[in-house]
Amino acid sequence: MSQEKQCQCAEVQEEELYPRLEEVITEHRGKGQDLIMVLHKAQNLFGYLPRKAQEMVAEGLNVSLNEVYGVITFYNFFSTVPQGRNSVKVCLGTACYVRGSQEVLDKAQKELGIKVGGTTEDRRYSLDVVRCIGACGLAPAMLVNEDVYGRVKSPHLPDILAKYE
Amino acid sequence: MIKATINNVEIEAPEGTSILWAAKKAGFTIPTLCNHPDLKPGGQCGICVVEIEGIPGLKRACMTPVGEGFKVKTHTPRIMATRRQLVELILSNHDTDCLTCVKNNNCELQQLASIVGINVHDYSRSGERLPIDRSSVSIVRDPNKCILCGRCIQVCSNVQTVDALAVNHRGFDTVITTAFDAGLGNSVCINCGQCVVHCPVGALYEKSATEEVWEALHDPDKFVVVQEAPAVRVMLGEEFGMPTGSLVSGKMHAALRRLGFDAVLETNFTADLTIMEEGTELIDRLTSGRNLPLITSCSPGWIKFMETYFHDLIPHMSTAKSPQQMFGALAKTYYAEVKGIDPGKIVSVSIMPCTAKKFECQRPEMNASGYQDVDYVLTTREIGRMMREAGLDVKEMPDEPPDDILGDYTGAATIFGATGGVMEAAVRSAYRLVTGKELENVEIKPVRGLQGIKEAEIDIDGTRVKVAVAHSCGQARKLLNKVQDQIAKEGKSEYQFIEVMACPGGCVGGGGQSWGSNMAKRARRGESLYEEDRSLPLRRSHENPSVLALYEKFLEKPNSEKAHKLLHTHYYKRSTVDGKIKPAS
Repeated sequence: MSQEKQCQCAEVQEEELYPRLEEVITEHRGKGQDLIMVLHKAQNLFGYLPRKAQEMVAEGLNVSLNEVYGVITFYNFFSTVPQGRNSVKVCLGTACYVRGSQEVLDKAQKELGIKVGGTTEDRRYSLDVVRCIGACGLAPAMLVNEDVYGRVKSPHLPDILAKYE
Repeated sequence: MIKATINNVEIEAPEGTSILWAAKKAGFTIPTLCNHPDLKPGGQCGICVVEIEGIPGLKRACMTPVGEGFKVKTHTPRIMATRRQLVELILSNHDTDCLTCVKNNNCELQQLASIVGINVHDYSRSGERLPIDRSSVSIVRDPNKCILCGRCIQVCSNVQTVDALAVNHRGFDTVITTAFDAGLGNSVCINCGQCVVHCPVGALYEKSATEEVWEALHDPDKFVVVQEAPAVRVMLGEEFGMPTGSLVSGKMHAALRRLGFDAVLETNFTADLTIMEEGTELIDRLTSGRNLPLITSCSPGWIKFMETYFHDLIPHMSTAKSPQQMFGALAKTYYAEVKGIDPGKIVSVSIMPCTAKKFECQRPEMNASGYQDVDYVLTTREIGRMMREAGLDVKEMPDEPPDDILGDYTGAATIFGATGGVMEAAVRSAYRLVTGKELENVEIKPVRGLQGIKEAEIDIDGTRVKVAVAHSCGQARKLLNKVQDQIAKEGKSEYQFIEVMACPGGCVGGGGQSWGSNMAKRARRGESLYEEDRSLPLRRSHENPSVLALYEKFLEKPNSEKAHKLLHTHYYKRSTVDGKIKPAS
């Protein structure tokens, strides 16, 4: 299956998930105190919290949109952007940091054109930082999905990233 | 009563009194930053910390009730060092470009820095600069000056129940923004500006139009007319150090004339006109029994609130435009015609106690004259700045009358600026319209004052009319929920006429008033308006000779076709997500 088809497929699925969100909301209708629980379930459904889902939750639980948005942006667990197919994580733990992982991170942001916590428009990559992955001997280290890369230097990045479609 | 000592001064205070207020009684003002007399204490800033003997740690005076036998100290070396450090930390994350700040000389943080004795910067400016939110036509928000005290959120959520602002994100990235960080102009914000008047620093202020007005005043091709809202005459003096609520109608006209306006006219004139149109509408509704209660439409903050949260009540709304917009429509038609001026050359400026008026004048439907009816709205603060820039001091001005033919006004118009005023003015004229007789005692006291919701039953020659008045959107929400319930259950409401003003206290408490406002000041300004009402020879709108001449020469009669075209409007349903107009379904 080509990547483009996969992508469309994901979007179609997202539209189909809204009736299921509606079911979740119905169980908690008008109960503002259940907000975090409902957001949790919504994120499990979509993988992130699309704007439309936030609006539906606010209306359904009878809380202001701003309260929903405030909670989502406060907790790191919640994400307002969809996750990419490949998760890039740069380690900023002490050992990696002193060996120059900030430079790797800067390069990754530049290369992907996104900031930490973001996802590329084609949903190919998401970029995050982690604090120590237990590979201090390989510092500076990074992860792409399950693969660990050690002694990364910023010029290596384009080649590493290119391996993941 | 509880007995305690504050810095060895014995005090007695009722149970539940905060240490902050008890200390004030003993003669000690504890410095604060986030505390505001009209809002619940939140304890965000920590500046008001005190020591209580026998209790470890420092306690926040605003949130700690004074207890029996408390021995409180308010300015020990430890307390003073703590306060200084707290202020230094706030300043480390605050733009300190005071000289160019709109709040210079009126900033509570600036005053606090001086009180606690900050004279060196120990911390360099941290954090990145954030973009200034200019998405609203009324209000500018500068997050670089925000100290996260939360007063704006309290007033927006608790007093107004608008919920446009909230604390979003976390840690160093914490900002006070709208949902999705979309900006005030893309939110449910109703532009009332209560956040602006409650902000202790320069993080919230009106979108200024002073440059545009200066340009018009200095353009020889333009004919610049100005109107002043009822409430401005009891506010403008404060901009020049006069006591709160000083009535300066005549001095205001003189200062505006000296500033260079070609004609100094009156919003009060169109306030009288509003009564003729709305009073006639009320009589029609009472006669037909349809769409009762009639709800007033003068307050543009209230209009957007209604369009967002109560749009099922649109058929109940008076279709009469606000006095500002009636004036705008007439200045470029009737006035231009009578005075022989090309309406394209008229620049129409209004001086308002309000930030929502800036939004109202830019509503696309407000162009009945074929032009934008009102070009620029200036708040009381902006006109105060312009006058100071021109070397004018309102205190020193002589008393001068407004110009004709949109200048005369009655006492009924001037009380529009206080909550209950529109109701009282409408009843004075409705009585005449229904009975053909004059209401002898024109003062309708039950609708005056600062109680949240006021009710009265008025006897119009045997017909009993139940009225209600709400000020602040929170109170309006309560009242209208009740009206909706009654209509749903019984098919009709107990009320026939309702006045709503978006701001606490009415226009005298508007978002365009002088800095440093509180409810006591709003009350004093309202009293001054009632004083002017008592002092005027005419106190009923239908007695205004210029209004009668306008109908005779131009509009024919109240609610005529021409009056409808120029003086009436319609409303939209708005989204509770972004406050935008919903497409008609």
